[in-house]
Amino acid sequence: MSKVMRLSEAIARFVNDGDTVYAAGFTHLIPFAAGHEIIRQHKKDLTLARATPDLIYDQMVAAGCARKIIFSYSGNPGVGSLRVIRQEMEAGRLDYEEYSHFAMITRVAAGASGLPFLPMRSTGTEDLAKANPQYKTIQCPYTGVELVTVPALNPDVAIIHAQRADANGNAQFWGIIGEQKEVAFASKKVILTVEEIVDERAIRSDPNRTLIPDFVVSAVCHVPYCAHPSYTQGCYDRDNKFYLEWDKISEAPEKVEAWLNEWVYGVKDHAEYWAKLGAETHARLKVPPAMSAPVNYGKY
Amino acid sequence: MTNYSSSEMMVVTASRLLRDGDVVFVGIGQPNLACNLARRTHAPNLNMIYEAGVIGAQPARLPLSIGDPCLVSGAASICSMYEIFAYYLQNGKIDVGFLGGAQIDRFGNVNATVIGPYAKPKVRLPGSGGSAEIAAWANRVYFITPHQARRFPEKCDFITGAGFLAGKSERIATGVRGGGPHEVVTDLGILTPDQETGELILTALHAGATVEQAIKNTGWKLKVADDLKTTEPPTDEELRLLREELDPTGIYLK
Repeated sequence: MSKVMRLSEAIARFVNDGDTVYAAGFTHLIPFAAGHEIIRQHKKDLTLARATPDLIYDQMVAAGCARKIIFSYSGNPGVGSLRVIRQEMEAGRLDYEEYSHFAMITRVAAGASGLPFLPMRSTGTEDLAKANPQYKTIQCPYTGVELVTVPALNPDVAIIHAQRADANGNAQFWGIIGEQKEVAFASKKVILTVEEIVDERAIRSDPNRTLIPDFVVSAVCHVPYCAHPSYTQGCYDRDNKFYLEWDKISEAPEKVEAWLNEWVYGVKDHAEYWAKLGAETHARLKVPPAMSAPVNYGKY
Repeated sequence: MTNYSSSEMMVVTASRLLRDGDVVFVGIGQPNLACNLARRTHAPNLNMIYEAGVIGAQPARLPLSIGDPCLVSGAASICSMYEIFAYYLQNGKIDVGFLGGAQIDRFGNVNATVIGPYAKPKVRLPGSGGSAEIAAWANRVYFITPHQARRFPEKCDFITGAGFLAGKSERIATGVRGGGPHEVVTDLGILTPDQETGELILTALHAGATVEQAIKNTGWKLKVADDLKTTEPPTDEELRLLREELDPTGIYLK
């Protein structure tokens, strides 16, 4: 059954005020277009979960969509701070729940596995556990070793970007695969955005590459360049220049507001945003192809 | 002798600490340069692993972020984030980890979370990322950081990643797998944990740096090793690789 719909429709139907949202992707495949659509639709009181909030959550927090963030590294990767989130945290205006990367991802893995929690080995420091009561300990019933536990994270809605999927939502990924699969299985609803919708036969010719099967997906949205200024392996490069620019833009609330007005509220959708970036940016982010050697699945 | 910057001196010194065949959890910035330099010089079999889930990376350009697409091109394997932390780090497959942070204290504990109290931050830093796990589970942990008193307090405001906690025996008592801090490379020299106590002491100086400078720029009463060494300056070939191939625009070498 085809689940293809416009991104604006998917956000309107599946993201509700007050939801816990997990827009997945570790540096790679971050679904910026969906974040911008959530801003355009004035969604509010969201709990935004992501290991690395990245610019997408800095922008959503700036636009007033968030009540709380759940995270493990709130920086602008390779650049410095996420200034908006940092200011809101320092001012006590934004609730937050903080983990290390492994604890954050373990929460999602527990959620994806239908477990109430998962254990990890101790990292020897208790400061974060003292600050966040969600960290608890348990004694291993086999070895007696004390283990650290974190509870399952089961977001209301996952937003996941992939290189390609069929119309039903069988989604294929390559490059850095972060936490997308775990997030999809942990969440109650999954909005999938893709660079390309392909025939089901293309998916079935290479099933090992399918990380997310169609029946956990609620919507399939065709959104080319969805991840900009993040990237999609093989399709376009990461816009490092914009990551550096955001560091300047986010220095002052009025500059952030002007940016949101121009690049989010001022465009009707992501196609218009991408066109507005202009030929020079398109050319700068273009990436020459490097094909993998084909594999032979055999004919059985 | 060729002129070189203090950043170049730090990167070269750190690269020489790596051993051929090490499996190393690479960080972005200067650790990335140190690892790539080692792989192009004395450690051709260095296995570079990046937190984003990339194993056996051979980046052809300088990555700005830990998840840059250049890390994927030509890599040996890619895995999920859960797997990189569970199968690789927690399971003890990583020889070397690099850490940075706003504060490194007398016992090599690192703070990347907050200056001031947690609930009322004076400065909110990005947070752990993988620091807690790298500090705990890599067999040897290295730091590259400028030598400044505010970066080297007696005690961290918040321990994001465990060094030797309040002393080596305390870390051992926690039962964490990794060996803890191994060397701290600064722009003045090298700090190494005392074998017995885990306290960081000055064991080497770069050419031109003095013991007085190191003491003045350390927040605790810095001890100096009896056999204080002097590090070797960068070779012409190391400088050429850094300047022409690894960081041609000088982003991390100023």
